[in-house]
Amino acid sequence: MTDHLTRGELLKRAAAGSTVLTIPGLLAACGGTTKKSAASGGSKQLAKTLTFSNWTLYIDNTKQGHPTLEQFQKKTGVHVDYKEDINDNATFFGKIQGPLSRGQSIHRDIIVMTDNSRYPSLLIKKGWLEKLDKSAMPNFKNLLPVQRHPSWDPDRDYSLPWQSGMTGIAYNDTLTDPITSIPQLLEDKKLKGKVTVLSEMADGLSLVMLANGDDPAKVTDATFDRAMKRLQKAVDNGQIRQFTGNDYSGPLAKGDLKAAMSWSGDIVQLQSSNKHLHWNLPDDGGDIWTDNMLIPKGGNAFTASTYMNFVYDPKIAAKIEAYVNYICPVLGAKQVLLKTDPAIAKNTLIFPTKKMLDNVHVIDPAVLSNEKYLTAWQNLVGA
Amino acid sequence: MSYFHRHRGATPYLLLAPGLLFLLAFFVVPLGFLAYQSLESGNQATLTYAFTWAWSNYGDALRDYRGHFVRSFEYAAIATALALLLSYPLAYWIAFRGGRWKNLLLLFIIAPFFVTYLIRTLAWETILADNGIVVGVLRDLHLLGSDGRLLATSTAVVAGITYNFLPFMALPLYVSLEQIDHSLIEAAQDLYASKWKAFLRVTLPLSLPGVVAGTLLTFIPAAGDFINAQLLGSPKQHMIGNVIQSKFLELTDYPAAAAMSFILMAIILVLVFIYARAVGTEKLTG
Repeated sequence: MTDHLTRGELLKRAAAGSTVLTIPGLLAACGGTTKKSAASGGSKQLAKTLTFSNWTLYIDNTKQGHPTLEQFQKKTGVHVDYKEDINDNATFFGKIQGPLSRGQSIHRDIIVMTDNSRYPSLLIKKGWLEKLDKSAMPNFKNLLPVQRHPSWDPDRDYSLPWQSGMTGIAYNDTLTDPITSIPQLLEDKKLKGKVTVLSEMADGLSLVMLANGDDPAKVTDATFDRAMKRLQKAVDNGQIRQFTGNDYSGPLAKGDLKAAMSWSGDIVQLQSSNKHLHWNLPDDGGDIWTDNMLIPKGGNAFTASTYMNFVYDPKIAAKIEAYVNYICPVLGAKQVLLKTDPAIAKNTLIFPTKKMLDNVHVIDPAVLSNEKYLTAWQNLVGA
Repeated sequence: MSYFHRHRGATPYLLLAPGLLFLLAFFVVPLGFLAYQSLESGNQATLTYAFTWAWSNYGDALRDYRGHFVRSFEYAAIATALALLLSYPLAYWIAFRGGRWKNLLLLFIIAPFFVTYLIRTLAWETILADNGIVVGVLRDLHLLGSDGRLLATSTAVVAGITYNFLPFMALPLYVSLEQIDHSLIEAAQDLYASKWKAFLRVTLPLSLPGVVAGTLLTFIPAAGDFINAQLLGSPKQHMIGNVIQSKFLELTDYPAAAAMSFILMAIILVLVFIYARAVGTEKLTG
């Protein structure tokens, strides 16, 4: 989805941009008492303020504010400056890469980026992230075992999952019979011009590769080309209406679309106002991705790690999960929710069954930074 | 003797200085950076670029995206023509018949601008929806097949561009029509010109500066637009702006995006030059 800034935001950021020009680690100075600089990383003192950039609608939210953030402040005295300023990975990376490449702070202690984009791994390779302070994170043990060793950060030195989601197919049961496979989505004539496919390469590519009987975890030129041909054909004959980010939600809810490749959590949210929408993993399998908390260079690692530890307390994770309908990475949160909010604990899009988890795949990380593939994909969807 | 008397030749330059400095800081310098970047090459996956006089960026852009360039100018030209056809009668009516409602009517033209560009365009997604009223009426009139649609077609994209840039056409037209001395039209009619002939020989030529200004103000931004194609079109309708946006943000291929921006700018400059020569430069300034 196109990045959309209001004029006020733009001015605010321009102002922020000019102050960034001073010194890296200014952030710590803003924090007040601590003198920690970007390089030291060893301070064990909490800053006064933690600046946290996240995606929109991705934390507990009431009219008064965000209860878990207030609870954190009560417990630690750290005020969280919570910013919902991430709309998509590429745009956010575009904004932060300038200052980071010049060694300047971006005035954030935590940012959240998706592992099926190339950016988290690129941030590590470029040396633009602070390491987590694991001594401040006893709750690290609550991380789901499957999430502990991603290939791009094998020991979780730099990252901790915020939420995960699955990519599959949503359909509107008033307009079509159940759509449960990619061949239906791309080739069923009854859906012509009434379906969308996700513009993120990791999502679109993996699902089509799985339908082709190929393994998205090991992409070769041959399997890549096969998937691209199948998609190109569906574009050329008008089957695919558009490639989208989560802007499929409007047309899907309104009935302009009969089916859409889509993210699990979005559909949970849409279902609350439209009972005719359904979501399922494709017969041949879907993919799973994780949004990760990262500490950009210049952020206060100790304070950020203290916050991460706080949200990995199952009771806190459960509170966040009651609002955010994605997959919770924290062990024990389900048990808490079974008592407080059983409907959420039993929703398989939030706590997937083992069978579902066996049917989701993670894309080959090498593909995400392969220029040839990236360009071919963008030419298909964006150009 | 005062400073200005001794340096009479320098005075215009001193007066121009603030404007020139502004142009230098916000136009020439960024353009220089862009030009520099457009000749870089390197690895987009690791974001390591170096200046290498990589002219091939230009050749590659023209070879790979010729279709997108052509489509952009095609859509921009159609949208400009449509905006002119819609705006001229509108501006004419407001200027000559608006009376004391003139300001209110002008406000109506500008009113959509109080809403952000993106939201205005998204509104058209609702107006043109497959189950919406517009498509319904067109289907009933058999102008669209029973499974026909407007969204994700060229029609929707061109309509979106026309709508979004209409005020840039209507306002200059209004200004030039409003300035016309009515006694000239009366004189033409006194000399037995029909109303139509008076319009063709007097009103229309006098409003040409507005036409020229309006068409340029519409055509130039329309050619570089990408929002309409993205929201109202499908991949088959994407314009060069979409390619530049995806090269820059999605692929972080900054050199290619910079080279394409320069090509777009160069083509627009050439077209504007030809247009200005064709209508005569004095029309540009009124």
